[in-house]
Amino acid sequence: MRYRLVVMGASLGGLNAMQVLLKSLPKDFALPLAVVQHRDKDFVDTALPALRAHSLLPLREVDDKQAIEPGWVDFAPNDYHLLVDGDHYALSVDELVNLARPAVDVLFISAAEALGPEVVGVILTGTGVDGAQGLQAIAARGGLALVQDPATAEAPGMPSAALACVPQAVVLPLEGIGPFLARLT
Amino acid sequence: MGEGSEADSARQQEVEAVEVRLLLEGIRSLYGYDFRDYAPASLGRRLRKILEEEGLPSLSRLLEMILHDPAQMGRFLIALAVPTTAMFRDPGFFLALRQKAVPLLKDLPFFRVWHAGCSTGEEVYSLAILLEEEGLLPKARRYATDLSQEVIDKAKEGIFAAKAMQAYTNNYARSGGHGSFSHYYTAKHDLAIMRPDLAREVVWATHNLVSDGSFNEFNLILCRNVMIYFNPKLQERVHHLLYDSLAMGGVLGLGRGESLLGSPHADCYRALDVSEKIFVKVK
Ligand SMILES: C[S@@+](CC[C@H](N)C(=O)[O-])C[C@H]1O[C@@H](n2cnc3c(N)ncnc32)[C@H](O)[C@@H]1O
Repeated sequence: MRYRLVVMGASLGGLNAMQVLLKSLPKDFALPLAVVQHRDKDFVDTALPALRAHSLLPLREVDDKQAIEPGWVDFAPNDYHLLVDGDHYALSVDELVNLARPAVDVLFISAAEALGPEVVGVILTGTGVDGAQGLQAIAARGGLALVQDPATAEAPGMPSAALACVPQAVVLPLEGIGPFLARLT
Repeated sequence: MGEGSEADSARQQEVEAVEVRLLLEGIRSLYGYDFRDYAPASLGRRLRKILEEEGLPSLSRLLEMILHDPAQMGRFLIALAVPTTAMFRDPGFFLALRQKAVPLLKDLPFFRVWHAGCSTGEEVYSLAILLEEEGLLPKARRYATDLSQEVIDKAKEGIFAAKAMQAYTNNYARSGGHGSFSHYYTAKHDLAIMRPDLAREVVWATHNLVSDGSFNEFNLILCRNVMIYFNPKLQERVHHLLYDSLAMGGVLGLGRGESLLGSPHADCYRALDVSEKIFVKVK
């Protein structure tokens, strides 16, 4: 298999988008999936339980230094940046980036540095520009860049900003992203 | 994106990795602070941010500056060590302490508390308020340590930005506080001055978790959001130090995103609150 990790970022509208996406991932999806979702301050307390009903894969909140392993969907805990550090995750409480903690850029840039061309980056619905630089870092290291079609996004800001930075990214409607990822493995 | 630029970007990363090693070695040999076993991903981010803020082209230039000008070291120490903190950070943690750890401390004639990595003191004042409300403050012998003298000096003063108080008041209420938060500080212009008796008896000291040893036996240790900055090897050392410094039946409180994953003594603890990461040493 060419890829080792999928990283994903979403903001406004992310909860609905994640429901659609998680529904379409098979139970034996073979890549670890790491998600940064901002906007809701208490996301992992309030939204994770709700998302579980839509996912065949188990969801969890990352603990610092936890191994990156397939079979899980891993979420950044509230108020921590999530980073990829070698073969494990790391957390930090460094300042906000793009007014956010967790920030998509922090996850994506660290993933690009740790895994180079073996990373798939996915930008979903959201306002603002978080994730654009990170997706660019992934593309620059030869990883795969994927963006939700802004026309299908509840908030087109983040996908549009990402596309402006990474024009060569693969653009897909929300419903197409899960099946596309499943075919990568 | 062509093959060429992928190679460029990989090479740039390699050069940077060498520069990081040189920089950390330089800081260690000259100033004694050992950052070599900090978690590389977040450390690298902070270094790049320093370059950006200082307008420096490379880490080699930063190294030169730090080596030749000791005054710079103090500034960078703070930037490297990440003093981010808040009063009642994660209110659920303090609520769980109140409900589950306080009963264990109540029975003791007196007890020792260690804030390891206390930063600018917000955590120390938060716990002081909690202990006072539970009638335990007179029985507590408190120690608060950090790597950086500068943050400790700030912590001792107990003066915070008034504009933070609204969020802290909210945190305090969610942490189970039963009084009025404004009772614990005096507002003066844009500052909030904490009631001095909350910290009068605290022993403040520099202590480096990388190189210093255990200095007492404690009944409660808070080491929150410090070990996230360490790699697994250093985490193991610090977990050992904490275990060694904890009395039997003593309570260990970690940050919400932390765990006993890196501890060689994980099986010696019982979870007092799984999601708030509060543990009791049972063997
Ligand atoms: C993010 S703050 C956490 C403050 C507080 N415990 C909290 O959770 O709000 C991390 C603190 O750890 C300190 N620190 C970093 N490395 C350290 C070391 N080797 N020894 C002691 N303290 C250290 C930093 O100076 C900083 O004040």
